[in-house]
Amino acid sequence: MPAFVPYLLHTLFPPTVLRPTEIGADVLIVATGVIIVTVLTRQKKWGWLWREWLTTVDHKRIAVMYLIAAIAMLFRGGVDALMMRTNLALPSVHFISAEEYNEVFTTHGTIMIFFMAMPLIFALFNAVIPLMIGARDVAFPRLNAVSFWLFAFGALLFNISFVVGGSPNAGWTAYPPLTELAFNPGPGENYYFLALFISGIGTTITGINFLVTILRMRAPGMTLMRMPLFAWTTLCTSALILFAFPPLTVALGTSLLDRLFHASFYTLGHGGMPMMYVNLFWLFGHPEVYIVVLPAFGIFSEVVPTFSRKPLFGYTAMVVSVVAIMVLSYGTWVHHFFTMGAGPSVNVFFGLSTMLIAIPTGVKIFNWIFTMWGGRIRLTVPMLYQLAFIPTFVVGGATGVLLATVPVDYQLHNTYFLVAHFHNTLIGGTVFGLLSGLYYWWPKMFGYKLDERQGKWAFWLFFLGFWVTFGPQYLLGLEGMTRRLWTYPLGLGWHALNLISTIGAYGMGAGFVVLVYNVVWSMQHGERDLTGDPWDGRTLEWSLPSPAPEYNFARIPVVTERDAWWAMKARGETTAVRVRPDEISALELPRNSAMPFFLGLGFFVLGFGLTFRWWWIAGLGLAGILGAMLWAGFDYEDRKHVHAEEIRRIEAALGRLEA
Amino acid sequence: MSQAWPEMEEQTLPAEFAHEEESIKITGFWMFLVTDVLIFASLFSLYAVYAGRMGGEPNPATFFHLGPALAETLLLLTSSFTVGLAIWFMRRRQVGAMTAWLVATLVLGATFVAIEAREFLGDIQSGYTWHQSAFLSAFFTLVGTHGAHVTFGILMALTLLIQVARRGLTPVTARKLYTFSLYWHFLDVVWIFIYSVVYLGGRLG
Ligand code: HEM
Ligand SMILES: [Cu+2]
Repeated sequence: MPAFVPYLLHTLFPPTVLRPTEIGADVLIVATGVIIVTVLTRQKKWGWLWREWLTTVDHKRIAVMYLIAAIAMLFRGGVDALMMRTNLALPSVHFISAEEYNEVFTTHGTIMIFFMAMPLIFALFNAVIPLMIGARDVAFPRLNAVSFWLFAFGALLFNISFVVGGSPNAGWTAYPPLTELAFNPGPGENYYFLALFISGIGTTITGINFLVTILRMRAPGMTLMRMPLFAWTTLCTSALILFAFPPLTVALGTSLLDRLFHASFYTLGHGGMPMMYVNLFWLFGHPEVYIVVLPAFGIFSEVVPTFSRKPLFGYTAMVVSVVAIMVLSYGTWVHHFFTMGAGPSVNVFFGLSTMLIAIPTGVKIFNWIFTMWGGRIRLTVPMLYQLAFIPTFVVGGATGVLLATVPVDYQLHNTYFLVAHFHNTLIGGTVFGLLSGLYYWWPKMFGYKLDERQGKWAFWLFFLGFWVTFGPQYLLGLEGMTRRLWTYPLGLGWHALNLISTIGAYGMGAGFVVLVYNVVWSMQHGERDLTGDPWDGRTLEWSLPSPAPEYNFARIPVVTERDAWWAMKARGETTAVRVRPDEISALELPRNSAMPFFLGLGFFVLGFGLTFRWWWIAGLGLAGILGAMLWAGFDYEDRKHVHAEEIRRIEAALGRLEA
Repeated sequence: MSQAWPEMEEQTLPAEFAHEEESIKITGFWMFLVTDVLIFASLFSLYAVYAGRMGGEPNPATFFHLGPALAETLLLLTSSFTVGLAIWFMRRRQVGAMTAWLVATLVLGATFVAIEAREFLGDIQSGYTWHQSAFLSAFFTLVGTHGAHVTFGILMALTLLIQVARRGLTPVTARKLYTFSLYWHFLDVVWIFIYSVVYLGGRLG
């Protein structure tokens, strides 16, 4: 046996990845892989997969790929959560070891935020925004695919840490000195920094893309103040991304320089200051929580008017409050480390700025309630999530204001009170919002509705499961149980509440299973959407067939007021969806490209090489990246010509061509 | 969009903006520059905090060599002017003059990078490495990131020269040249901050 084989085996498969859970995961991964490969080969679908999906630049297909990835990541993050909750179910359960617990809360938090919430948001941006503003695609279709592949390969890099080399274990925030090389020599934190760096570049590009799309590609007549609220929140989210991700990039990059090339930014010796990392991280981190919640606000602002059959109450106030939240969210980051001793005046400033955000948020809550007031409400699944969101998010916000009160935070910092608070906003806000949006726009994306009855089952399991899980955690926090705690002895009085919490977590797990069943069942039996407007919607995406053709609009609509599609229907312009043959002209559409996939692959190889300090592999990856960029620079054939005749044929098949 | 370059539009808008599609790309490029500004702002903030936190450096005041830094400043300022001329000729569709000024820009930029690399090597040989202190980490990273940007810009412009040689001035190449010039001016502005905050400030402070 050559000498390098034991070295390789030991580096790639150290004891930390040979625990039962990891081996179980290995088996699962290999089994799934084998099934996928067999099916694709049997059905001769490889070419189809490559041409129709992996090289696509169509925003609607990119949305579907984001969605699949996000659901897979929700599964992974959820399994992590259940492992933790199992370990905490009763006192002194040692289902997983302390080291493993560290890894699991780290991967759970990181995956849920960066690889579940973010891609799910981008799935909806991609699926909806161009249709909603009357555009044929996003501003930069090929870069849109680049964003996706950077996200996907970043997520892959992060996830293989579980079975190759060892997982990161310093929390989703990765503070030094926990991540300092001297104290944490394994590859785990390299995985974390590199995976986030790579997917972060993709996210930044997405931010730029949607900002420009909304600013420059709206249909004629759609002024900013006629835009649907979801477009507004997308605009603000993109701006937040633009301003928040650069500090994160620098925090990650400098940490990598410390770990890989022995710089001294955050080391305990040589004058490094861990607090600088913490500041940079939260300069990103607080806007990030609004990056994940503003889209949910936007979704509710579409769902509520549709299912109340009323225009949104206080449109202008809604816009102003979104913009206010966007601006204020940059001035609050210190509330994540009041206890680090910045002094009373600094703490008071950031405490007050944090509480200020409650005002525009309250405005929004009231406006949704007033929209429903006196409306003809239909209790569909999207609407149920909205109704569950209001009390849940209000509690999350109120406990946030409590935590922003500095003396209170000194008591509650890093306890389960905090864990309950941020899950209240992340699940009650982001996840409920995204699920609402998913059920709402599903027919537009796929052409059929998700079954409502099953959807309601999943909803109740999620909603009740949520409160059973996290309600008790507030009390546990008040009783002094700290976060990131591996296990606890009997006799502290924590066991009953913990057991309830774990039962709730399994309830949410059951909700996930029902959700997946709901999707699979509805693929076969779900009600087909033949009109393109299954909910009697108000915005332009509902004027299109479901799913929309590649070019979205055969004829770009002209907008004269808010809720453009509703207004057209009210004026009796039922023919608005029909086009005359002479209104159709030839189009230049974006052409598929394999460059984004290879660019992402290059980044993956670079990241993998750097993680293990195998410089030649890293060099290979870098060469791949530069090669892909050159390819992009010299490729002038990024558009294809589609003849008017072809479009007429498609429109006729969709029944939308006037004779 | 066709690659033709209509005379009429040319008179109302500069070449690079004449096509909606290309003009949208320029907007996107501005957004990218915003993120890059923030990258440098973050690095500057690290530098500002670490400026006093030196390890066992022999003498911080003599660490900064103002002479080479001044030379770098002049080179980069001049190159900002030459790239401006290149764009001026591009808009008049004088490909030859445009190419000449672009090449001049690249030569100036390459000289800048060479001086910076020599300085860095000199520092390392005198025993200043970024391992030594947070200050040196921030210094090398801030200035080095700028230098890497300049290097990348040079490579980018080289590929642009090839594209122009092959295709001539089209709406697409014009837009690419224009965004390159934006990038280059931006790097010039960043350097002015580096020169005044890092070099002059370091020498005086
Ligand atoms: C499905 C239900 C969920 C359950 C049962 C759950 C449970 C948990 C548990 C037990 C912890 C560790 C607490 C500790 O030991 O300190 C945790 C941490 C965390 N969770 Fe969740 N979680 C869920 C969903 C989510 C979602 C949807 C998100 C984000 C969108 C999220 C984000 C986080 C974050 C950021 C942390 C902190 C990780 C760290 O300490 O570094 N969780 N969660
Ligand atoms: Cu915050």
